Amino acid sequence: MNSSALIHAVVDGVLTGSVYALMATGLTLIFGVMDIINLAQGILVILGAYLSYTLSVHFGVDLFVGLVFTIPILFVVGIVIERLFVARLKGPERTAMSILVTYAVSLVIEGILNEVYSVNQVQLQAWYVDRSFPIFGVYLPYIYLLGFILAASMLGALYFMLYRTRFGASIRASLSDQTSAALVGIDTKRVATICFGIGVAVTAAGGMIYGATNAFNASSSYDLISRLLTIIVLGGMGSLGGALVAGIMMVLLQDIVAVVWSPVWSSMTFFVVLVIVLSLRPQGLFGKLSARVA
Amino acid sequence: MNVKQLPWWATALVVFAAFPLVVTNPFWTTIAIFALIYMSCATSWNMFSGYSGYVSLGSAIFYGCGAYTMALGSIHWHIPGGAEQFWLVPLSGLVAMVIAVPLGAVALRVRRHTFVVITIAFFFVFQLAAINANFTGGPAGLSLALIPWQGNSFNTPFYYVGLAILVFAVILSALVRRSRFGLQLLAIRDDEDRALGLGVKVKAVKLTGYTLSAFTVGMCGALYAMFIGQIYPQFVFDPVFDVTVALMAFLGGFGTLLGPLLGGLILESSQQYLTVTYSNGSLYLILFGALFLVVVLFMPQGIVVKVKEMWAKHQLNKTPQLEGSTLAGSQKV
Amino acid sequence: MTTLLEAKGISRAFGGLQALNSCSLSVERGSITGLIGPNGSGKTTLFNVMTGYIKPDAGRVEFDGKDITGARPNTVFALGVGRTFQMTRIFSRISVVENMLVATQRDESWLRGLTRSKSSKGELAAAMEWLDFVGLSRLADLPAGSLSYGQRKLLELAYVLVADPDVILLDEPAGGVNLTLINEISDKIRTLNQAGKTFLIVEHNMEFVMNLCGSVTVMHQGGNLVSGNPEDVRSNPLVLDAYLGGGDDEEELEEMSNG
Repeated sequence: MNSSALIHAVVDGVLTGSVYALMATGLTLIFGVMDIINLAQGILVILGAYLSYTLSVHFGVDLFVGLVFTIPILFVVGIVIERLFVARLKGPERTAMSILVTYAVSLVIEGILNEVYSVNQVQLQAWYVDRSFPIFGVYLPYIYLLGFILAASMLGALYFMLYRTRFGASIRASLSDQTSAALVGIDTKRVATICFGIGVAVTAAGGMIYGATNAFNASSSYDLISRLLTIIVLGGMGSLGGALVAGIMMVLLQDIVAVVWSPVWSSMTFFVVLVIVLSLRPQGLFGKLSARVA
Repeated sequence: MNVKQLPWWATALVVFAAFPLVVTNPFWTTIAIFALIYMSCATSWNMFSGYSGYVSLGSAIFYGCGAYTMALGSIHWHIPGGAEQFWLVPLSGLVAMVIAVPLGAVALRVRRHTFVVITIAFFFVFQLAAINANFTGGPAGLSLALIPWQGNSFNTPFYYVGLAILVFAVILSALVRRSRFGLQLLAIRDDEDRALGLGVKVKAVKLTGYTLSAFTVGMCGALYAMFIGQIYPQFVFDPVFDVTVALMAFLGGFGTLLGPLLGGLILESSQQYLTVTYSNGSLYLILFGALFLVVVLFMPQGIVVKVKEMWAKHQLNKTPQLEGSTLAGSQKV
Repeated sequence: MTTLLEAKGISRAFGGLQALNSCSLSVERGSITGLIGPNGSGKTTLFNVMTGYIKPDAGRVEFDGKDITGARPNTVFALGVGRTFQMTRIFSRISVVENMLVATQRDESWLRGLTRSKSSKGELAAAMEWLDFVGLSRLADLPAGSLSYGQRKLLELAYVLVADPDVILLDEPAGGVNLTLINEISDKIRTLNQAGKTFLIVEHNMEFVMNLCGSVTVMHQGGNLVSGNPEDVRSNPLVLDAYLGGGDDEEELEEMSNG
């Protein structure tokens, strides 16, 4: 092991980790507000990546400029999924059903993406994907830095919206207790729909960066969703801060394991850490254990 | 399952037993074998997840472990391809059970929403391990010894072993439903904390249910491996398997005995038929997903309960006095 | 009389809020003891500590001379401490009689549950007998979810009784039910008490408590304020102060700390 490889791993871990944190925040927001587990998050990231791909290849739109289109598109996609499918779920098995429904949505999108884009892997291209910059003595493509800035600013905007706006206050009220939120006059249905939209919209940015840093096809979504789920469970389901910390921590850890031990087993780090943490703290790192009587 | 229904179950068994005698075309018997495998898996999935409400999306772990036990056992002990390999089927079930104990012990520490996610995470651990480890043959998988059976009768032994597994799964599931243990699982589904406060040892009960359901799935994986003769990690540890099994139970009726059987039969037959007929994988994904959505959205309680409700309504219209008894009957299957 | 159930110096905080502060309570064998106090005085929290749902930060719970502090709810129940909840909790998707059967074992091994049928003849008979006692036997085969609110309260009482506990903790048995049913529940409790059952009752309905209970403990701000017979308690100036002074709502406390 040499130290520059380790530095490389740490830098990559923090930069890439922030992107995962962004995507996981969307997922945990949806769960926290609605008790819905959106298994389609992975394929929606890929959809975001493919949309950027189409815009850049066929229309010559820069990847970052393309977000102006893809973020609203995915916001609408999220709203449509919520209105058409998720909102119809009721009853005691609602959360379990949500997993199945969003998985079905994910299968349909996967099938469509396979038809439209074929199963051959592609990667997004731009000058900042090819060219590298020096940092702490190692070289990384610019996209990592730009991606980090994008993810950080989107997270910042999200947090601003949640903690500084009136609508954000009603989201946070719904996060802590939906029934009480409804009682104080918050339109929880509308909050839920918009949250789903926001939770999905962040995948546009996440997908673009993912697609620029990895070769992908529709089946990459399985790997993605399993990581995102691990992150939100680790952080404590429904905990925004938890998703942020766990996202960065996990990617960082994985990169370090890859350098120190073996890249083959590094992807397993995610799940091994999950098992260890849950054995010690079933509620996740930042989650709160609900009382047995509640 | 009660005494009144026994003749129906017996008739169904006779029909299933007679099927390969009437239909010998391997195209159809192959579909039938897959249907049996999936019906067994859905039934035993439902025996834990349907009764307790703890939806597991990691049943492919046990399927895969069963398949690898069959493959590794055959290769290691130099078992020649043929009927002798069937002895490995129950062994594979046991291996799956042994693996289920530590998994369940960790995963069942959390409540049901998180449980789902953890089973998915566990699943990926196993898939990654199978792809990367040496003893599993890595991504190239493992090949079993060739089975020297010829022609149309090749499928017959597999069919009957599959049927035996299915009968076992159904009887086990019915017995569990009638036992104190099954009642405790149902109580956990409705209100786990209250059950705890009434003396139910919820941890032990959940872990037992989880482990028991792994047994059948492990056997099915072994049968699959032997039938196909070649296993690949991405096919025996397949995320689609996890969800398919759950969907079958939901389609037929979550928590009912008949539901997963119907769901498995309908879904797996059509799935096999569609994949063989239209080999285009993505079209199949779209159709499957769409069917899935229709089922969950328009028949969330499943075919069995839906039909019962319709039947009850029908009866009610004929004889308006009959209210209470038909309503009460709809809960018990 | 001997003490059957006792809490000694129980303290429990949720976050920074002290829900129970060195609270003590004793229930005599064969008594009907009332536990009253303004909202937020810690009554339900004390129940939860005594039945194993919440672990106390300090203090001791004893049942029949045995230390049961921090035991799990199933263990506490197995020893003979039954309870009902303020928000009635039944198993809604199984039948009424099956609800009863869930509670019939007290300390049966889980392995035994695997090998035996849902109910023995004796258990089924006992279940039906208690259902009859609360007047629900004709609804035995209905899914419990189809019962009305009052019927659920009765079912919850019945399935606690079927396990034959020595002491029964009732959390607001008269809450949200009509007057006829209140009197009915009151009668049932008295009948059971004459048959030797001990009761500890949290209730806001003062008339209900004063009529039924032989001794009453008043809680205030997480501690026990006064104990004695109903008349003494009623005339104690401290009690009036406590009720007029008010306090934080205890359910709110629990929720805030648990998210």
